[in-house]
Amino acid sequence: MNDMLKPRVIIQKLNVFYEGRQVLKDVTVNIPENQITAIIGPSGCGKTTLLKSLNRLVDLVDGVRFSGKVLVDGANIFDNGIDITEIRKRMGLISQTPNPLPMSIYDNVAYGPRIHGTKDREKLNQIVKQCLQAAGLWDEVMNRLGEPASKLSIGQQQRLCLARALAVKPEVLLCDEPTSALDPVSAEHIERQLATLKKDYTIVFVTHILRQAKRIADYVIFLYLGEVIEQGKAETFFTKPQDPRTQAYIEGKSITWTEVEKTEIDEAHTDKIS
Amino acid sequence: MPLDRRKLEENFFKVLMIASTFIVVGSLLAVLILVILKGAPALSLSMLTQTPKGGYYLGKGGGILNAIVGSLYVAGGASTIAFVIGLPTALYLSEYAKRSKLASLTRQSLDILWSVPSIIYGVFGYIIMIYLGMRASLLGGIMALTLLELPIMIRAMDEVIKIVPLKLKEASYALGATRLETVLKVVSRQALPGILTAILLAFGRGIGDAASVLFTAGYTDSIPVSLFDPAATLPLAVFFQLGTPIPEVQQRAYASAVILLILVLSISIASRLLTRKFSKFVVR
Repeated sequence: MNDMLKPRVIIQKLNVFYEGRQVLKDVTVNIPENQITAIIGPSGCGKTTLLKSLNRLVDLVDGVRFSGKVLVDGANIFDNGIDITEIRKRMGLISQTPNPLPMSIYDNVAYGPRIHGTKDREKLNQIVKQCLQAAGLWDEVMNRLGEPASKLSIGQQQRLCLARALAVKPEVLLCDEPTSALDPVSAEHIERQLATLKKDYTIVFVTHILRQAKRIADYVIFLYLGEVIEQGKAETFFTKPQDPRTQAYIEGKSITWTEVEKTEIDEAHTDKIS
Repeated sequence: MPLDRRKLEENFFKVLMIASTFIVVGSLLAVLILVILKGAPALSLSMLTQTPKGGYYLGKGGGILNAIVGSLYVAGGASTIAFVIGLPTALYLSEYAKRSKLASLTRQSLDILWSVPSIIYGVFGYIIMIYLGMRASLLGGIMALTLLELPIMIRAMDEVIKIVPLKLKEASYALGATRLETVLKVVSRQALPGILTAILLAFGRGIGDAASVLFTAGYTDSIPVSLFDPAATLPLAVFFQLGTPIPEVQQRAYASAVILLILVLSISIASRLLTRKFSKFVVR
């Protein structure tokens, strides 16, 4: 399928259950290196679960159970005895709504490096500056690094979260609809940052906004009811979809889904960013 | 005319609610005004800066510095110990045990302990002290008061820690933090204003309690210099002074009550100010 692209993360037959309810069914996909992979699909199809399986944040859900493999550099991150904190350090996460920590702007970015052992002030200063620059926030906050992070605007907060994720030097960036809570201008800002970041990072981007996926994705995975319906390079995915369900989803037509899901698809089409 | 009746009902209950609210606010004012009116004339600088003079605790001279310092020692000591035991318990309950059987059993026990009358803690402390061969002392008072303050502090902290948003913890975990790092650096930080309020709430309850320190801390005219000296406390100062038939001493009881009242009020105000100050970094 993606023979041209080198896989960074290989997911094989991943099943996830919440309290016995199956959320992901035999998901088998490759996440290509240094590309933006969009996971699309209607709400409740398991996009976020798939994303959070990649850094084992699904572990936080009570009554969660999983089977299958997620291979990063050949090692299965679901193996017993694997260091979960190490996995999470390598897989940075940007959440749906910005979640700054209850501390200053500086401390938010320095939080990760600090818990992983960086104590040297000079070095921390350097990391904070670099990461805020990479997230495109430095110029706006350089003179108020000591202020509470919660004082920033929502858009700035999300870029702060990006900087915070970058500060632990991850290899993969997991983005869970990172622009859904933002205004169009801030959303565009984030999209632009991610586009520049893909040369250094493998990016996985969950979105239910088709236009957004078209704009930024190199590779697309379409999930529906916990199953991968189709995956492939963005050009082919959007122009020559193989599965009729993909075609229907892309065109916003309803074939198999219920009314509720159709509304969501409609919402996806009334995309804020036009 | 059903509409008229319903209107009437509406008005009747509105008046009832307003009247009840007035009774509440009025009682607070009545307590404040009455105690201050009675106590203020006897209030003097020497009341605050001297220990009693002229006769065993019924003295007409000197002040009640022994009880002020004693109260601060007993309540301060108890609050410190209760905090040291209480914070880990609260963190364990809300972040580790969560909704397990052990957690709900602990919460239930704490709720029962909260409602145990303080004289019971006094009696309990007294029995233990007899068993250990201790006499009424600062240490005994601190122990009894710690028991009284613990459930208040833990339950209050538990409530504020429980409401720390999951997304903050997720952010910390996603960066590779361990549970302990998340609890200590993120959860306690977000809950800090609430934790402070819990401490001051327990301290306020502790400093005003008479029954738990009656047998355990005892009473004395001097300021305790060791943990094994008896310690006077303000509530007991009021109790003993008011119990005498001598009007001048009774007058001093009112003054002592004013001092206690001011102490408790300043704690309440301090708690509000501190909460505001430490809310600076809190994420809403």
